Amino acid sequence: MTSAPPIARTAAIVRGTRASRLGGVLGAVILLALVTMPWWGERADMHTVVEFLYMLALAEMWNLLAGFGGLVSIGQQAYVGIGGYMLVLLAMKLGVGPFIAVPLCGIITAIIAIPTAALVFRLRGAYFAVGTWVVAEVFRLTFANIIWLGAGTGTSLTSAMMGYSAWLRDSLALWIAIILGVGSVMGIYWLLRSRLGLALTAIRDSEVASRSLGVDVRRVKFGVYIVSAFGCGMVGALVYLTKLRISPDAAFDINWTAIMIFTVVIGGIGTIEGPIIGCIVYFVLRDLLADYGSWYLIAMGLIAIAVMVWARRGLWGLLLARTDLRFFPVQRRVVIEDEAGASKPVEG
Amino acid sequence: MEWVDVVLQGALLGGLYALFASGLSLAFGIMRMVNLAHGDFIVLSAYLALVLTQSLGIPPLAALPAVAVIMAVVGYVLQRGLLNRVLGDDIMPPLLVTFGLSVVIQNLLQEIFSADTQSLPGGTLVTASLPIGGGLAVGWLSLLTLVAALAVIAVLQLILARTRLGLAFRATSDDLVTSRLMGIDTRQIYGLAMGIALAIVAIAGVLMAIRTTFDPTGGPARLIFAFESVIIGGMGSPWGTLLGGVILGVAQSIGFSIQVGLGQLFGHLAFLAILMVRPQGLFPRTRGV
Repeated sequence: MTSAPPIARTAAIVRGTRASRLGGVLGAVILLALVTMPWWGERADMHTVVEFLYMLALAEMWNLLAGFGGLVSIGQQAYVGIGGYMLVLLAMKLGVGPFIAVPLCGIITAIIAIPTAALVFRLRGAYFAVGTWVVAEVFRLTFANIIWLGAGTGTSLTSAMMGYSAWLRDSLALWIAIILGVGSVMGIYWLLRSRLGLALTAIRDSEVASRSLGVDVRRVKFGVYIVSAFGCGMVGALVYLTKLRISPDAAFDINWTAIMIFTVVIGGIGTIEGPIIGCIVYFVLRDLLADYGSWYLIAMGLIAIAVMVWARRGLWGLLLARTDLRFFPVQRRVVIEDEAGASKPVEG
Repeated sequence: MEWVDVVLQGALLGGLYALFASGLSLAFGIMRMVNLAHGDFIVLSAYLALVLTQSLGIPPLAALPAVAVIMAVVGYVLQRGLLNRVLGDDIMPPLLVTFGLSVVIQNLLQEIFSADTQSLPGGTLVTASLPIGGGLAVGWLSLLTLVAALAVIAVLQLILARTRLGLAFRATSDDLVTSRLMGIDTRQIYGLAMGIALAIVAIAGVLMAIRTTFDPTGGPARLIFAFESVIIGGMGSPWGTLLGGVILGVAQSIGFSIQVGLGQLFGHLAFLAILMVRPQGLFPRTRGV
């Protein structure tokens, strides 16, 4: 029995893709353009960019929960609202600088989310979803009954911003929005490439199997829930830093979560790129249907339903099925090089 | 005596909440699916009754049978045409689809009927009450609602326990795959279950609309009341659901009597308190959900 002459082959684990390297360069250029926007951009455009970035951050937070943690929450508006009200508390009542207050609002929101999580985690699956909604209502009604914070009519934040010029206010809001929007994307990218990310994707694929391999499912989910609350809380603070007027009905509006869900579902749940696509769809639709009341929300809802029925992996999933375009590669691929030096990736 | 009245009125309100909850728990019991648009279908029924009463000039209760039939057809078609496609091991698709429906229904109602609050003319049914001694009185409408809740639960129990359809419902709920092997058309069963659930929703919606004003955004609150009644009572227990509705109604009524803004909050807090000390509810029948 003669064996074939051995072929010299080396295998290597590769994580980057050509798209990810190209995307890195492109991303850096866009980032630079955004950061310098106060010196070249129009005010109205800056406001749109701020809104886009904070909606993106919210979408990524919901994506982290549902797409990676398998937790369908319909109550994330609770943390947007709490973040906003903590800004009132810190900036208006305690005199903390409004821009330093944003991260503090995130931390306080995360702390409030801990006992909340302990309670709603008693409910599973579909019941967890409605449970989170109840909790958001409890927070809304509680703030609506605190007269010191303006009760049901809410309060204005204008006086906290007196010391800042309009230009500085817009610029700082933009930079915070960049940190939150870009930070949420990069943060999830980093998280998914870490050990915790491996645990998360394992849970997403099979909870039972990952439990049997020693993943502490409950703890990981708990962590994801708190991180998501932290992100939503900071966004809430930023939102009311730019709106300057807060009321319980607006701050704890279910539409916050509705838009998070629709953008993530349409873009592609459980992918990092998906929410970016979803946010673009949302802004385009809203702009196109600007003269037709709430038809943009109806359109978003119908598209999200259609995606769930016919293309569950969303627009990004449709694109991925045709090309191998991965801007944020989180999987490990084995690349085998043969004698000729040509490399061929094995299923990633 | 004032406190007795507060508790009594709250308990009667519980009848309406039990009606809200019955359709939700029927759909969950058979299909393991929580319909997040449940509250919006309650509000949709109210608007249907509004259109019928205004265009035909009939009293709301006379419009109820027509509303119930329309909603049953809506439920059947919705289940067979849309929801059956997304039901499966993964709980996420049906949740997200029904959530999408919820937002779509709310905003469509708002575009068609505007955001104004509406009401159905109840006539003497709303104002007349039955004195029960000690200065207390029970509204005829509240009484009618409670009787309707009792009747709906009793009829559902009878259907489930005594009919071939009920047998198929129970079999499908217990074991989907085996039921299919035994020749049950489970898609048809799911369609019928949703049809019945939305017929109950129609009864709840019309009675609610006679009792109080409504607007396009009121659905989520009704879904939450239904959900809380189910969880307080214990999943899979129809009479537990009735008691859950009563407990929720009493808690809201007590909060409301202290200060108007506290009514709903007290209801939610009662729910959270029970979730904390007895997460399986008072009379659980379904396990491992």
